[in-house]
This record gives sequence, C-alpha cells and structure tokens, in this order.
Amino acid sequence: MSAPLSPVEILKANSHGLRGTLVESLADPITGALREGDAQLLKFHGSYQQDDRDVREERRKQKLEPAYSFMIRTRLPGGVATAKQWLDLDALATQYGNGSLRLTTRQAFQIHGIIKRNLKPTIAAINQTLMDTVAACGDVNRNVMASANPVESKAHAAVHAASVALSEHLLPHTRAYHEIWLDEKQIVGADESEPVYGPTYLPRKFKIGIAVPPINDVDVFSQDLGFIAIIENGELVGYNLLAGGGMGSTHGDARTYPRLADVLGFIRPEQLIPAAEAVLTTQRDFGNRSDRKLSRLKYTIDKHGLAWFIEEVEKRIGEKLPAARAYDFAHSGDRFGWTEGLDGRWHLTLRIESGRLIDTAKQQGLTGLREIAKIHQGDFRLTPNQNLIIAGVAKEQRDAIDRLVKQYGLDNYQHSSAMRLYALACVAFPTCTLAMAEAERYLPSFLDRVEVILKKYSLEQSPILLRISGCPNGCSRPYLGEIALVGKALGRYNLQLGADFQGRRLNRLYKENIDEAGILETLEPLLRDYASQRLDNEAFGDYLFRSGVLSAPKTIEVELVS
Amino acid sequence: MDVTGDLLQADHHEFSGLERREADVDVASVAAPWRQKALLEARDVLKTSTVSATITPLRPAITSSLYSREKPFAAEVLVNQRITARESEQDVRHLEIALHESLSYEPGDALGVWPTNHPAIVDTVIGQLKLDADEVIAIGDQSLTLREWLSSKRELTRLSKSFVQQHATRFSGDDLNALLASENNEAIAQFISQQQLPDLLNRYPGEWRADELVNALRPLAPRLYSIASSRKAVGDEAHLTVSLLEYQKDENLRRGVASGFLADRDVGVQLPVFIERNERFRTPTDTSRDILMIGPGTGVAPFRGFVQERTEVGATGKNWLLFGARTAASEFLYQLEWQEALKKGQLHRLDLAFSRDQAERIYVQQRLRENAAEVFSWLENGAHLYICGAIAMGKDVHQALLDIISEHGGKSKEDASEYLSELQQVGRYAKDVY
Repeated sequence: MSAPLSPVEILKANSHGLRGTLVESLADPITGALREGDAQLLKFHGSYQQDDRDVREERRKQKLEPAYSFMIRTRLPGGVATAKQWLDLDALATQYGNGSLRLTTRQAFQIHGIIKRNLKPTIAAINQTLMDTVAACGDVNRNVMASANPVESKAHAAVHAASVALSEHLLPHTRAYHEIWLDEKQIVGADESEPVYGPTYLPRKFKIGIAVPPINDVDVFSQDLGFIAIIENGELVGYNLLAGGGMGSTHGDARTYPRLADVLGFIRPEQLIPAAEAVLTTQRDFGNRSDRKLSRLKYTIDKHGLAWFIEEVEKRIGEKLPAARAYDFAHSGDRFGWTEGLDGRWHLTLRIESGRLIDTAKQQGLTGLREIAKIHQGDFRLTPNQNLIIAGVAKEQRDAIDRLVKQYGLDNYQHSSAMRLYALACVAFPTCTLAMAEAERYLPSFLDRVEVILKKYSLEQSPILLRISGCPNGCSRPYLGEIALVGKALGRYNLQLGADFQGRRLNRLYKENIDEAGILETLEPLLRDYASQRLDNEAFGDYLFRSGVLSAPKTIEVELVS
Repeated sequence: MDVTGDLLQADHHEFSGLERREADVDVASVAAPWRQKALLEARDVLKTSTVSATITPLRPAITSSLYSREKPFAAEVLVNQRITARESEQDVRHLEIALHESLSYEPGDALGVWPTNHPAIVDTVIGQLKLDADEVIAIGDQSLTLREWLSSKRELTRLSKSFVQQHATRFSGDDLNALLASENNEAIAQFISQQQLPDLLNRYPGEWRADELVNALRPLAPRLYSIASSRKAVGDEAHLTVSLLEYQKDENLRRGVASGFLADRDVGVQLPVFIERNERFRTPTDTSRDILMIGPGTGVAPFRGFVQERTEVGATGKNWLLFGARTAASEFLYQLEWQEALKKGQLHRLDLAFSRDQAERIYVQQRLRENAAEVFSWLENGAHLYICGAIAMGKDVHQALLDIISEHGGKSKEDASEYLSELQQVGRYAKDVY
C-alpha cells in the first residue's frame, strides 16, 4: 500500500507503549484538556476527552477554554457486575462524575463529567473494585458483549465465561495503564511486546459479541467478530463464527456504509480464542491504516472478498471451517419483568431509558439502584439494549426488590408503550464530541409525540424498534432500527426505515435531513396503513417491504444454514 | 510604603480604602487638595532613592489630555462580557471602552469612572424618607432636583462616620448612639462599611429634610480600575476587568455603585471616564529585564496590559505570571489568552493557585514559596516584581518574598526587608493593592 499512514498510526508507533506524554498532560494545570496526541492515546486506557457542548460557545466568549471533562468506560465482559461493584461505581459517579451512571449499548458502564485532576483517582478506584477500563476504547478489541439472557442459566454462564476469556486474551500487554493510573513502577527491560496486536495495535476499533439464540440482543450481525452460541440439550456445543459487521458510516461519503457480518462457519468451543485471533490478526495485517474512515474489518473483507477472507482465517486457525449450524432469532430486544431461570433463581429486567441512571422528579434511578444494590444478593447484568437485569434473586427476595423498584419509579417497564420499551439512543449532546444532533435528550420528547400517533392507530402495544443516533457512527446501532433517526444537524435527521426486529436486515435511507415535523408527517401515514394492513405478527419493518413502501431488500437476508 | 499605590487603591475597590483611612474626608473641596498633597509627598519620598546600577528610570510623563477627572470623557462601551463561567458565584466583567485619541495611558494606569447610583437605590431612599424626588435643592451654584443629587452627586453605598453620627441624632433608639459612643473605632468602621444608606434607614429610621440630606451625604467619588490593556495593542481603547460587587442583605440585593453601574452598561452607551496615572506601576524601560507578576483575581488586570505591551515593543525579558482564583474551571480569568500567549512565547511562565480545587486551600504565595529558588534567582538577575490585588494577599505575598530572600539569599530578616525596600526604591518592586 502506497498511501501514507494516518497520523494516528504514527502516534501509536511513537507512543512508547501507549504512554505518550500522558503523565505530563495530566499534570498540566494550564488546561483541563490533554495534549492532542495524549487525548487520542487516552482512549486505549478507557476514557474519552469531551467537553460540555452546551456551554462551548458561551465559554469561548468568556475567554475560557471549553468545559473539558472525561468519560470513563469500564471493561465489563458480558455486562456482569456484582452489587459491591455497583455501589462502588455509584459512589464514583456521585463523587467525581456528573451524578449519573450510563449503561451502554455494549454492556459497559460509563461515568461522564470527570474533570482532569479526578481522572486518575477515578480510574484507580475502578480498579480497586476489581473492574478496569483497559482498552474500553481505542484501536483494540472493545468490551466483549454476551447475551444477557438469564433464563438459560447454564448456557449464559458458559457464554459469559467465553466473553471474559476473549476479553482477557485480547488485552494489550503494555504496562502503561498500570504505571499511569495505578502507580506501578516501570520495570526496566520488561517485555512489553504485543503478541496479538503488534506495535501499532489494530487499524481501528474492533467489536466482539456473542449471541445466544433465540435472542439476538447483542445484535451479533453488527459486530466485527460475532459468535452465535449453538446450544444443544442445554449444553454449549460450539459457535457459528461471523465477521465483518459494523454500523459506522460518514455522511456524504459513499465509500462508507453499515454492513452486516457474514457467517464464516462453525467452530468448537475450544476454538473460540484461536478463531478470534485469526479474524483479529487478519484485520491487523490487512486493514487499511491510511484512511481511518475505511479501516474497519467490514471494508477489509469487501476489498479482498469473502472467499479470500475465509481462506485467510482458516489458514490462521489451521483447519477448514465446517458449515455453520442452524439457528434462529426471535428478536433482538429484552424481556421485561420477572423471569425464572432454569436454576430456579429469578431475574428482573428493568427498562432504563437510554441507559441513563439519574435522579429526576419522575424517577430516582441512581438512588433506586443504589438501594437495591444494598440488599441484592445476586448480580447485575447490563443488557445490550441499555437495560438492566437484577439477576439471581431468591424467590423470597422478590417482594423487597419490587418495593424499591416501585418506590423509586423504576417500574416504568410495566406501563410504557412498546416502542418506548425497545428504543435505543446514544449519548450525543452535550458531551459527545461527534454529535451532530440530539439523541438521548431528544428521545423522551420524540416518543411523546410519536405515541400520540401510535395511540390514534392503537399501536401502543406493537413493538416497533426505534433507534436514535446523534451522528452516523452508530453507537445506538441505528441501521438496525425499524425506524431510525440519524443526526445530520441540530434538529435534523436522516430518517431510516425498514430493518427487522431480529437484527438481520439493515434499514435504508427513506428521507434525508428532515426536522421533527417532517419526520412525524412521514411516519403518520405509514403507521396508519401498517395498523390497518398488517398481517398477524407482522413487524413494521417487514410490512414496509411487503406493502412496497420500500422496494425489496437488496441485501442481506441472512441464510439459515442447516 | 508605596504611597502612590496606596493612593490608587483608595478608590480602586469599593468598600475599602480611602474612607477607612480618612473617614471624615467627605467634601470635595477638602479631598482634592489632600490628594494633591499626598501625591506630592509620595513623589518626594520616592525621589530619595539612591541611584544604583539597577535603577530603571521612570518614563517621561505623558502630556495632558483635553479630558481630566473634573472633565471626563464620555466613552462608549464596546464590549461588556462576563468572563467567569455560569457556575461561578463571582461575576467578573471584561469591558472594552472606546477612548478619545487624546486619552493616552500606559499599562499600569487606571481608568477613573464616574458612576451613577442605580435608580432602585435612589427610589428606595426617597421612599424611605418620604421625600419629593422633584424638589429642587441648590448648593453653591448648582441647582438640581433631589433625584439628580442622589443619582449622580452623592454616595449612597458608602457612608461616612460623620453622616452616621448626624443620623444617630435623628434616630430615637439607643443602640446606634451606643455603638458610636463606644470609641471602638474598628467596630464603628466595620459597621459603617457594611451599611448602604437604605440599610441604615431601614434599621434605624430617622427623618431628614431633602436639603439636609444632600448636604450631609458625601459627594460621589469616581472609582479607579487598573487598565487591562496596552494602547499599542488595542488602539484607542481601554480594557477593564471588573468584579461585580453584589450581595444579599436583609433579602435586598446590594451592589457596589461602580461595578454595578459598569455591569449594567450595554454596548453602545457612554460613560464618563478619565485616566489616572500610576507612574510607580510600569513595565521596565529596559525591555531586557524579566518581570514577575503576581496578580490573583482581578489583580491580573494590569498584567494583561503588561504582557500586551511587552509583546508589542518586542521586549526580550521573560514574563512570569502568578495567578489565582477559587476554581480553574470557572474563574481562570483570560484563560484562553494566557494559553495563547504561552504558545506564542509572549508569556514564559504561568503558575496557578486555585484555592478550592483541592482539599487544602492553596494561594499564590504558596506557589511563590514552592518556586523559591527560581524567584530569588530572577530577582538576583534584575527582574522587576509586581503585585496587584487584595491588600491581604499583598501582605501574604510580601511575607513570602521576605522568607524566600532570607532563605535563598542567606539573609537575616532585617536584611531581607532591606533587600525588598531597595527593590522598591529603585522601581523594581511595585504594588497596586486595594
């Protein structure tokens, strides 16, 4: 490749194992920001530099720099946390953060609003509670997702263990993290070479998710590397291996697009890590390191062809992959309320709108969960849909938990419209540097308006999958929404329509750059006709194709291999 | 003592300074000669300094303008911008004011502002005393209505001891007289400094005739603000850094007369201003000298002018600024400008003390002590030293300097003190505290 390396590649190469000048940047009192290169390297340590965009212009006039703060993201494979860890994170969010905890679409916690001088104490405290933030962001393997399905107790345990194993195996080996945040002494001459990543890590972020059918809550087709657990008689017998999914695109750049992962074949449970390494190192060696817009695995596969890619992966695994096993997905959402696991423990799935736990007049989410964590004997599971499962509850504890749920207004799952229950929104304004339009802050009022229409056509109980994203990068996996708003500018969105509810079909652009009135005007007749013309159990996205509103899907009916 | 500096301070900040030192000077005809005399004495005192190799001559005085304290220029407000973040309790304004071309100044000079009392406080007083706002009162050759007298000719926010004494005779209760009779001067001064006229009338009701009132109140005095710009950099403008004095008292909003007046001036309106010289507070004529500027809070104002000036004249000496405030996030005055100046090599060093950003309170003097060896070596290399800001800070910094000189210069306390006095005499150590 003759194109020059992107600046980030040069930065990584010269970063001395991701250290850069982070220590000096952190100590500089003149600014609440880090030096440019260090802000980039910080991502590998699990934090993003942000600023409060609501006051950016105001502060510029005040001759003050932007109100810089940092978002810290945990590494939490499979989204499982203990009650003790919950309480510790809650305390950090209150002491150093902006008084809220956010559950992400990748089953991690985010604490927002940490100012520079509190960054180190916060990261150190997270490590104290036996979590960390290593590689939660950056050009590495991100938090490994695993289905939060708590009912299949044994399978869930196996899949969770797999997510932990993958996450641990793919951690960077540099001691930079421990030196900078945990005061570990630098060991002279220590071997810090990166056996999997190599000196410049990956060309771009890399996402792994494990789904347990029939629930595709992890949106396995959106992952760079996906595993579909094959369960037979309650036992995990292996995985279908998927690669090449990814949501991000850039407005106005036709070379970029969301893409669903391809199914490569079947692997045995013990091939989990070799297979992951094979896919990841192929991307490491062949991914585009010149243009970061084109460096995700999906473009590598499309550039070289799927056949070539499978061959390369098989070569690295050391054997041919047998055909994928049969599987089916019912939907990609969560099941709210109480369910009993096969092990006799109970699990309560709560709806957490946009994953944000904060105390408001309507709902005291942060306090409520704190009180629950104080009495909860089991663990917490963050779902890929930004919701929360209070898992492993003994039958006799249920009432106590229900009382707290009600007391703090966390029982919204019992009376929300179906659309409200399943909607996703990314953070966007005011903290996300990439946001072009509102998402999390806009979701409630947008739903209020759409619910008026839903009510008019008796669709309140129809689960229609809505996703809002403040930019085209796709943290809320918008291209898998039956209805999706993708931010273009403040108050303006691209309206995307027509995904399915199983995470197997991408939506498509329906109207470009319209405002709220335009969105509602467009949706109303479609919802009206859907209400009167839908077949039994026909989902909104499917209806749009059958009725001809959208022309036949040109891609990716994922084949059911048997 | 830095007499000129102290003179400047007299009016510089509201509720401090002049009346505390000269509580009974409340008539313009007395005040003006007193000021004049004090200035002359100050110059006299300062002239006695011995000429040494390190002395830097004062710049020649600038020729006088068409405008003066008595004949202020009606200057247009170009910018009135809050420069503390919304979460700060302190409202600090950056003002840019258009000057007549004949109004020249040097960095270190102050801008005098003739304020007008806020209509609300005038109305309150007139209402409290049940007077007629339109009653015409003649004093000397001036005939004005009561409202005009109270708006623009008399102090309502700063009371004198003599006024309070006169008021006490009109108040039927005993506690005011008891306080005045106590001869506890500190308590009396403190009491007076905490009373604006409506507070006094509220707590100790008493009757006044309009003409008696106008005669008894002190004439409204102009307030002086250190200019925060260099004319070489900003042209026919003066920039100010003004902290709005505002507080609740008995559920009423009380404001400093001039800072409130300035904060309320919209862009485009005019206000009466004049230049007040401060010859003792100047950048070194020898531009190769380093300067060490200690200016927490709005004390940073003149140093913005200094750095602008030194940049414009291509000074080769280094500029070291120590700034402090309560929190970096919301009160780091001119943060973007200092960052830019550091990047461009116009400011060479910036040390910061934010008192509330950590468990223990840290102030600029602590930063000085932490950098004691360097501070001393700068002084030994001929650096000029400046302090601007609150009186108490000035004292703390002075003590820190004495300790630094004593320790790093191997000097006794007396010798360290002598060292600083000499710096002061040769014009290398100047204070502008208020």
